[in-house]
Amino acid sequence: MTEEKQTPLFGWHDANGGKMVEYAGWQMPVQYEGLIAEHQAVRQKAGIFDVSHMGEVRVRGKEALNFIQHLLTNDFSSMKDGEILYTFMCYPEGGVVDDLLVYRFGENEYLLVINAGNVEKDLVWIQKEAEAFDVTINDESENTGELAIQGPLAEEITQQLTDTDLSEIKFFHFKDNVTIEGVNCLISRTGYTGEDGFEIYTQWEDLEPVWKALMEAGKEKGIQPAGLGCRDTLRFEAGLPLYGHEISQDISPLEAGFGFFVKLKKEDFVGREALVKQKQEGIPRKLVGFELIGRGIARSGYDVVLNDEKIGFVTTGYLSPTLNKNIGLALVDRKAIENADQMQIQIRNKRVDAKLISKPFYRKNTKSRD
Amino acid sequence: MREMEKLLFTTEHEWVDVQGDEAIIGITDFASKALGDIVFVELPEVEESYGMGDSFGVIESVKAAADMYIPVDGTVLEVNTELEDDPALLNQDPLANWFVKIKINDKSQLDELMSPEDYQRFCEEEA
Repeated sequence: MTEEKQTPLFGWHDANGGKMVEYAGWQMPVQYEGLIAEHQAVRQKAGIFDVSHMGEVRVRGKEALNFIQHLLTNDFSSMKDGEILYTFMCYPEGGVVDDLLVYRFGENEYLLVINAGNVEKDLVWIQKEAEAFDVTINDESENTGELAIQGPLAEEITQQLTDTDLSEIKFFHFKDNVTIEGVNCLISRTGYTGEDGFEIYTQWEDLEPVWKALMEAGKEKGIQPAGLGCRDTLRFEAGLPLYGHEISQDISPLEAGFGFFVKLKKEDFVGREALVKQKQEGIPRKLVGFELIGRGIARSGYDVVLNDEKIGFVTTGYLSPTLNKNIGLALVDRKAIENADQMQIQIRNKRVDAKLISKPFYRKNTKSRD
Repeated sequence: MREMEKLLFTTEHEWVDVQGDEAIIGITDFASKALGDIVFVELPEVEESYGMGDSFGVIESVKAAADMYIPVDGTVLEVNTELEDDPALLNQDPLANWFVKIKINDKSQLDELMSPEDYQRFCEEEA
């Protein structure tokens, strides 16, 4: 077994009740006080997450734009400095290598923020694809600490620690060289919870003072350290995909319903041919939302059944802490589900009825969306 | 009030309160804390019989589902339906909030369970 890596906040988590688990090769807090309390804190007040396990890869060079246009599914041609786009990186067959955020620093410089569990695989992939382009690729994951402060009070709390007017940073925009508690940071209005909030990047060793200052500034306002447990329930309610569940090497972004981030009209990119073909011939599967009518909790991997036939599987399912309902996402055969308004989930030895419901399950107007 | 000292324990972190030919079964504080917020239980059917070690129920937290295993051969006499409406009782007081009551078929199987001292050592090793 390889040694699990520790974030710069490992000591803090350990000293403050963090229940540590292995995740993508890292020792991460799954919860502190309790998953539901942390989930509610993010929905109602503010929660703070250590996300230093995420990978950061910088792309520089005079062909940087051409390169990411080739590598990724979204269209970056009209992107401006300080903007962020969500995108997929696909295989030629149309499956997903990873989903990521792209930060534009200039036409010749972009930062890609990738999933912790995919860092090694992504780097090999990116470097191979970069061979034909005049670009340099730098993995900055090991020097970059990252935290997310999320929830309706996130801005108010963070604003106490900086002279930069945070209200000027719009949704999916960032600002570099922002001083927070005397530390040089990059701050973006992004997150993975469906709430307003920020992600803050800084040097590895500078993260702990920023974290502690935010905890102190948010103390009276009910800030809660939040673990990976509620990060997953929050993103699930908000309809955001998790790599390996809603999207993967075997699940295309079109099947998962994220075609908005796949610009098939773009001249060329890795996976385009396969995805165009998929669209023309009919997308074989569909990601649907459901609510259990009978008792039980649908878990990832459970079979979905319709008319005694297996038509798919659950990608994520929970008792939703916000809605207090047993709901889930499932990838099912598109033809089989056509005209259906119900299906069944195989929960152990029982088939439990579920009705189809619209997704996302939770939507909040993210502040300053323009 | 149920006392730890008078209970037997399984390696699956269940407590067993033996009362003559019957036993009341629940989960330990260790299990309750390890699971986190408990949000769902599936209880067995009354009068159903099970062999030692069979899965006869499920306890689920937000994150995970954990099987309940019957510690000895037995038949279900009663189930605590209160848990179906309020599974969080298992977090609040796991000793008071029992899961099922069974009729023990073979009392000699109780010898395989752990004493409170052995169980405490077992938990320390698992922690």
